[in-house]
Amino acid sequence: MPEYRWPEMSKRKVMGKRLNRLDGVEKASGRAKYSSDLNKPGMLHGATLVCPYAHARVKSIDTSAAEKHPGVTGVHVVSPAGTEIQWAHWEVAFVAAETELAARDALKKIKVEYEVLPHVVHEKDLNKVQSRAKAAGEQIEGDPDQALKEAAVVSEGFYGIPVLEHSCLEPHGNVVSWTPDNKVELNPTTQAVTSIRGDMARAVNVPVANVHVHQDHIGGGFGSKFQPDRWGVAAAHLSKAAGGRPVKIFLDRQIEQVIAGCRPSAFARIKLAANKEGKITLWESQSWATGGFTGGGSPPIPYVYTRIPNQRKNHSAVSTNTAPIRAWRAPNHPQASYLTCAAMDDLAAKMKMDPLELFLKNVDLTARADTYERQLKKAAEMAEWKKLWHPRGDSGRGPLKRGLGIGVCTWGGAGHDSTARCNIHPDGTVEVELGSQDLGTGTRTVIAQVAAESLGLRVNDIRVKIGDTNYPPSGTSGGSTTVGGVSSSTRKATLNALEKLFEEVAPALGAPATELEAVDGKIQVKGNPAKSLDWKAACAKLGVKTISETGQNIPRDAPKEGLNTGGVGGVQIADVTVDVETGIVKMNRIVAVQDCGTVINPKTAESQIYGAIIMSICGALMEERVLDAVTGRMLNNEMEFYKLAGIKDVGEILVHLEIDEINDKRGVIGLGEPPAIGGIAAIANAVANAIGVRVPIVPMTPMNVLNTLSGRMS
Amino acid sequence: MQPFEYASPKTLKEALALLGGGWSDAAVLAGGTDLISLMKDEVMSPKRVVNIKEIAELKGISKTAAGIRIGALATVDEVLSNPLIRASFPALTEAARGVASPQIRNMGTFGGDLCQRPRCWYFRAGFGLIPRHEGKDLVAEGDNRYHAIFGNGPARFVSASSFGPALVALGAKIKLASPSGTREVDAEKFFLAPSSSDVREVDLKPNEILTEVIVPATAAKNATYEVRQKDALDWPLATASVALTMKGSTVASARVVLGHVAPTPWVSAEAAKAIEGKAVTAETAEAAGKAAVAAARPLSMNAYKVQIAAAAVKRALMAAAGVKA
Repeated sequence: MPEYRWPEMSKRKVMGKRLNRLDGVEKASGRAKYSSDLNKPGMLHGATLVCPYAHARVKSIDTSAAEKHPGVTGVHVVSPAGTEIQWAHWEVAFVAAETELAARDALKKIKVEYEVLPHVVHEKDLNKVQSRAKAAGEQIEGDPDQALKEAAVVSEGFYGIPVLEHSCLEPHGNVVSWTPDNKVELNPTTQAVTSIRGDMARAVNVPVANVHVHQDHIGGGFGSKFQPDRWGVAAAHLSKAAGGRPVKIFLDRQIEQVIAGCRPSAFARIKLAANKEGKITLWESQSWATGGFTGGGSPPIPYVYTRIPNQRKNHSAVSTNTAPIRAWRAPNHPQASYLTCAAMDDLAAKMKMDPLELFLKNVDLTARADTYERQLKKAAEMAEWKKLWHPRGDSGRGPLKRGLGIGVCTWGGAGHDSTARCNIHPDGTVEVELGSQDLGTGTRTVIAQVAAESLGLRVNDIRVKIGDTNYPPSGTSGGSTTVGGVSSSTRKATLNALEKLFEEVAPALGAPATELEAVDGKIQVKGNPAKSLDWKAACAKLGVKTISETGQNIPRDAPKEGLNTGGVGGVQIADVTVDVETGIVKMNRIVAVQDCGTVINPKTAESQIYGAIIMSICGALMEERVLDAVTGRMLNNEMEFYKLAGIKDVGEILVHLEIDEINDKRGVIGLGEPPAIGGIAAIANAVANAIGVRVPIVPMTPMNVLNTLSGRMS
Repeated sequence: MQPFEYASPKTLKEALALLGGGWSDAAVLAGGTDLISLMKDEVMSPKRVVNIKEIAELKGISKTAAGIRIGALATVDEVLSNPLIRASFPALTEAARGVASPQIRNMGTFGGDLCQRPRCWYFRAGFGLIPRHEGKDLVAEGDNRYHAIFGNGPARFVSASSFGPALVALGAKIKLASPSGTREVDAEKFFLAPSSSDVREVDLKPNEILTEVIVPATAAKNATYEVRQKDALDWPLATASVALTMKGSTVASARVVLGHVAPTPWVSAEAAKAIEGKAVTAETAEAAGKAAVAAARPLSMNAYKVQIAAAAVKRALMAAAGVKA
């Protein structure tokens, strides 16, 4: 069996290089085809009818006029009479037609009678939604009452973070055909090429082997694209009804923003206590959140500083007439980081203590004291904390106030179950095949880098083939598990294939296979370039035979193999300027110090962090689902008042990845989630530092900032 | 979007003949940055779309005896980069700069900015300009964070025009053509606060086309200050345009007009009165800003806009007078 461990850092030739994404030009030039770009021969267009009410019962539904509409091939009802609808924009029926226009016109001919029922859509005020709140039960650690009595300082605060929408640029949807031979062809937009196959098979009751899935690219998922969803299953049924013609259904932006993914809110009243040295002794929280009608969303608090000795926690899940949550890049962590770090920052302010000192003084309450201590110090140095930090509110004259704040993160990120296949052909071409997907983060590129490193080739010598269920199964891209999974399986598959190649070439080089190595495009006797064959000549020895070997990353076995692992920490420091006359917060800079393991491509790794920070800036300053109390509908289900940062709103982003020999020995760790966690907390604390008072509710829009400064925040 | 007939006439006369007596008969297409989204959302579904971009006489920016003529088809970017405008009417240049993004500035037109429909999210969701639902006043009872702080209702949307406040401050004239002739309207009177959802928010008839705007020559110092959360594509929370006729270092007379705070550009006589007879300083400008919003009547959620409007007035006055903050 080959030695799978990563080569030593100093000996790597392709891994560790700052390569551009292999599909960068294709994407930038528009040649990359997303499933939503597909226009297959004979394809029908679908449209989606949604319910305008936040809570209603379907009394009757009549599709006869729609079915007769010219060009319509089928109507598929998913909410028949009797259905109790629990949120606005709930899917009622889908129509397929020869043209998009015919499908949309036909939608208007579906007659639905609703019995409108009372709705609740706002959860900010827990007292008003007690009847919808489900308490999780009190959790107690240590002796909180005694700790409160003994405390030198007690800080109390209210904090809230609203529901955010995933806002994928490529909306959810798919092109599906279900042909008379009972085969299903699925072109989804998914984070789960391998597993969506089985999910679709179960949903339409065909054998898994009859389903084929193909996807080249995905335009954003962030945790919201794992399932076939109602529209996928409907498209399949509509295809079947049309004799197997492909049916395309992608959600309109107005629907996408409401039902295709959101993350839970989190609100909390938090009490923190410390002794006079600033050691935290008590955490008390009354928290609540909504995850939509079905509930859900419980932030893991206290966050990172989990070992506060005395704790009392009460959490309630509030059921609202809103669309259900989906996983979002670090589920519940950004909320927990914000609640915890804001409360700690307020405690420091109350003690007139530098928050950096408070975060440092209490690192022993974390699971990674050394890591956080090192990172806090490094981030402070990069953010010029000593020079720029000032006591809260001591921001000088004039309307522009500058401030700094800290946020922390933790995450797992170990590799998922993944199988890769490496084919070495007699002409020297190399294919690496996985039923995985590239979320735009550079997965193709790092697979090629690992394969090239293992085979002694260049990146361009590797054909990476992903996004298809004809390739070996690979895990879903969620939880930052992809890079660890695919790099480990690729490493094993390529080395297994190379071992076979050595066996074929050994006679020609007059050495045993175990004495060969692949270096710089050659197969040679170890350490002896004079006894070598170049790659092509070596592969020619295969005659007409292709080597095809697989390698699998099995999470259970991964720790002992050392190729990938999980468990990281990170610290972010934000530097903002607030205009206290307009309430506008401008980003000056965010510093991100991030723990990591083996980094295959520092450039794509840093890009992950840039993206994560931009996402945090959007969440901290702009994003918010606005719901109308009267109609129960979302008011900003578009990209105009659902605000996201543009490039000029982002400021400077300084990234420090802790790439070193010690971290490298841990193996590959996913980096999608962790840097998306601490930014909101850091920005919120920076704003408090700047203006001298806590803006309790995120996002820190001009409305929330000015309402806070003027005492209007209830 | 509903199907429509498309026409692309080469002359104004042809274009006018293609319009109808009702708003649903035809819509005028210039840059399309607003009309297309209104049609996609089926807030407007005109039977005919009349593209006026091929009409040469509606283009261009030029100096005339009376001042400067800005053709309806001048793009926002052309206004932004025009040296004549920059020299005399920085209030317009700055208003143009506030229109994000570059793509919108390149496509969007001057006339289109004046005629665009309100961004009110109830209006855009199909509830009308004065949105009601089951007898309830949606703006008053709902989320009104971006709505009006001035005006007595029933309209509570805010005028979306970026150039409107500056044109009102500068006393511009808006020229309109119809099959029966042309007419001229003061910029201040062009914008209307409708009393029902059936009435338009500008003084434009279905068979009229806005052809050009004349900004009269003036020695008045003028400026616009826009408060917008995002630097990227975003709508202002409040703006102020001011024109100050100076006598030495004191303000002899002033026009102070607020934007995005009412269904029309909002002329503040109070602010003008507060600054007239005084030199512009940080203190007098701040006092004028406060005077500008003294009569504001915010809704349940938008008291913060009162503060922003005051800051916009203060900063526009200081910018016009060249006073550093």
